[in-house]
Amino acid sequence: MDEFVLQLLNGLDKGGAYALIALGLTLVFGTLGVVNFAHGALFMIGAFCAVVFSRLIQLETVTIDPEKLTPWGSPMEIRTPLVQAWFGDFGAFLVQYSVPLSLLLAIPVMLIVGLVMERGLIRFFYKRTHAEQILVTFGLAIVIQEIIKASFGANPIPVNAPSALSGSADVGAWLGLGQGIFYPWWRLAYLAFAAVVVGLVIAFLQFTTYGMVVRAGMEDRQTVGFLGIDIQRRFTVVFAIAAVVAGLAGVMYTPIVSPSYSMGMDFLVLSFVVVVVGGMGSVSGAVLAGFLLGILQSFASMNEVKNILPGIDQVIIYLVAVVVLLTMPRGLMGRKGVMEK
Amino acid sequence: MKFDRINRRIFLKSSAIIGAGLATPTIFTSGSRAQGFCNEPTGANVVLGFNCPQTGPYAEEGKDQLKAYELAVKHLNGEGDGGMLNTFKGSVLKGNGILGKKVTFVTGDTQTKSDAARASATRMIERDGAIMISGGSSSGVAVAVQSLCQDTGIIFMSGLTHSNDTTGKDKKRNGFRHFFNAYMSGEAIAPVIGEAYGKNRRAYHLTADYTWGWTQEESIKNATEKLGWETVAAVRTPLGSADYSQYLTPVLNSGADVLILNHYGNDMVNSLRQAVQFGLRDKQANGKNFEIVVPLFSELMAQGAGDAIKGIYGTANWDWKLDNEGTKAFTKSFGEAYGTPPSQAAQTGYVQALLYANACEMAGTFNPAGVVEALEGFEFDGLGNGPTLYRAEDHQCFKPVLVVQGKQDPADKFDLLQVVKEVPAEQVSYDASIFGGELGPVNTAC
Repeated sequence: MDEFVLQLLNGLDKGGAYALIALGLTLVFGTLGVVNFAHGALFMIGAFCAVVFSRLIQLETVTIDPEKLTPWGSPMEIRTPLVQAWFGDFGAFLVQYSVPLSLLLAIPVMLIVGLVMERGLIRFFYKRTHAEQILVTFGLAIVIQEIIKASFGANPIPVNAPSALSGSADVGAWLGLGQGIFYPWWRLAYLAFAAVVVGLVIAFLQFTTYGMVVRAGMEDRQTVGFLGIDIQRRFTVVFAIAAVVAGLAGVMYTPIVSPSYSMGMDFLVLSFVVVVVGGMGSVSGAVLAGFLLGILQSFASMNEVKNILPGIDQVIIYLVAVVVLLTMPRGLMGRKGVMEK
Repeated sequence: MKFDRINRRIFLKSSAIIGAGLATPTIFTSGSRAQGFCNEPTGANVVLGFNCPQTGPYAEEGKDQLKAYELAVKHLNGEGDGGMLNTFKGSVLKGNGILGKKVTFVTGDTQTKSDAARASATRMIERDGAIMISGGSSSGVAVAVQSLCQDTGIIFMSGLTHSNDTTGKDKKRNGFRHFFNAYMSGEAIAPVIGEAYGKNRRAYHLTADYTWGWTQEESIKNATEKLGWETVAAVRTPLGSADYSQYLTPVLNSGADVLILNHYGNDMVNSLRQAVQFGLRDKQANGKNFEIVVPLFSELMAQGAGDAIKGIYGTANWDWKLDNEGTKAFTKSFGEAYGTPPSQAAQTGYVQALLYANACEMAGTFNPAGVVEALEGFEFDGLGNGPTLYRAEDHQCFKPVLVVQGKQDPADKFDLLQVVKEVPAEQVSYDASIFGGELGPVNTAC
């Protein structure tokens, strides 16, 4: 039972990450009709926002201490974090909470990255085939990845959660299941964050006039255009929102998995499977499929299951995708007419 | 272009020219066959090839190793402060290159992939005329390049490779390993963790699913079971998994009270940090404190894992804090040149380059046959690891193995690991035949 609860939480957590990335992918596909293989790179850029921010905040002054020597006999450099030297306790707080504070930095950065990517490159490919879109966005992803590798190295860079959130929570006691079921606080925070962001995006699309027009544009771009609305500009905004969502997901993910240049690609393929299972262009489908596949993958990795079906945890997602596509070719919540001609 | 204008004469002329062009490399090749051995240096220089991961998951280790090779070349040529050349006992090196020829080098990027490593080694041998290849930060790469060097008549002085197979079932007469192996790690670490955690423990292994992971899991399992530990489960994880939560969760209720992470590089950084986040180290199981062991440690991984390594036991080939003359000399040279202490990857590369050069001097030739003879059974000291033997039977070095522990209270950012014990070579030695394999004959022909 304990393991069941823990794997369920693992699945929800993983599902949260899948859903956040797939949400952006499907938004862009639904509005702009672009298959964006550079979406994983946006997730990675977000994670590196956290790296940059925590490095900035930990910038140190270097003084030479002639008394102390390095192991090879030169004078030792003494380093003190600037913010701590300037602001004392408040500086220490800033250093501690560098990951949550990076969210604030990531929003403008991701907005700019998203706008530049859409205006600078992707808009020239709206009328091209999906194959050409995939090629150009995949190429872009590789370029971004190589830039990150050249700037930050190939090793993962550890980024720490605030110490208040780096332990584990007694989930068992909360659920009345007795003692001994602990789950990391930060992963719970990630789950809550995913739920809030998904809720906000869906609310934006469902309940605001702006979102309603975007949805109308997804259904029939031409007619909305005839009504005198610049739907293209709204789509650019949607692209930027998708970039921000991916970037924030990346920031929050850093204390779980140390950021490295390849993290975007690791998530990309899985996220596409999630989009396809959920239904191309369906926002709620992407969210549903994200959580569903995350949970299934976690349960498939239980030793009890693997003893019966070895290796099932590696293929479960693809098996589900095959079954769903054979029985429901449009995905779980796919609509007629999307990617069909 | 009008093809009807090409008449017979033009066709014959151009065929002759193209034919001559195609034959040219063959003329050179047949010339090189006429040499006594492959890539015999004839000019004033001798070329060494350093094949390190400069990209990919082990890039940081590779870059550090490359710095050490550059230092070794400098010292061999009599430049700089001479480093361990001053402390190397058993050396006939004069600091004027190798056999009077100035040492130059070429580098290749293995990308931590066997095929890329073979391609770059081939390029260095065929195009640059490298007489020896050294490097690698993965057993998969080392085994692949070692067999390539055997086939092309080049000496391979492996860099960082810890799988038993390198000098076990995949050993080759032209290949030599200074680094220790998984078996030695197991023999060295078992008594220490037995002492620290008790004889009555239940271990759960998470293992990187490739040759190195498998041999390490086997060696550590055997060594800890001899102590009386029970192995609850050994679960394989795919290389390069980023999120280990799904593998860590089953550990919690498996009845195990020790987690052994047979992971390296990025994988180890992620799995260890996540195990700590899941509260494994705060947990009690079977009435004991839950413990984590990482059998193969490196300073660069320790930097990546941050606070998670505090108190964790592992083994290492070498540490810059060792108290001996060779270590001090090397740390000084490296620190002054690059501003950081050298890693074990750097030390093993540096030492291999010196040992190769010395073997050539001893043999009086670059001929692999002479080099192999000089290195087999060679005993030396002063290279940072104490008295060391290059065993003739399998070309494996035997020297003390370090048991290290993540430091609780580091004095500075270089001070991440402390040496808990130096396990003497006799305690980690084994019969050369237990891992199978045949050295075969030495190859000198291209």
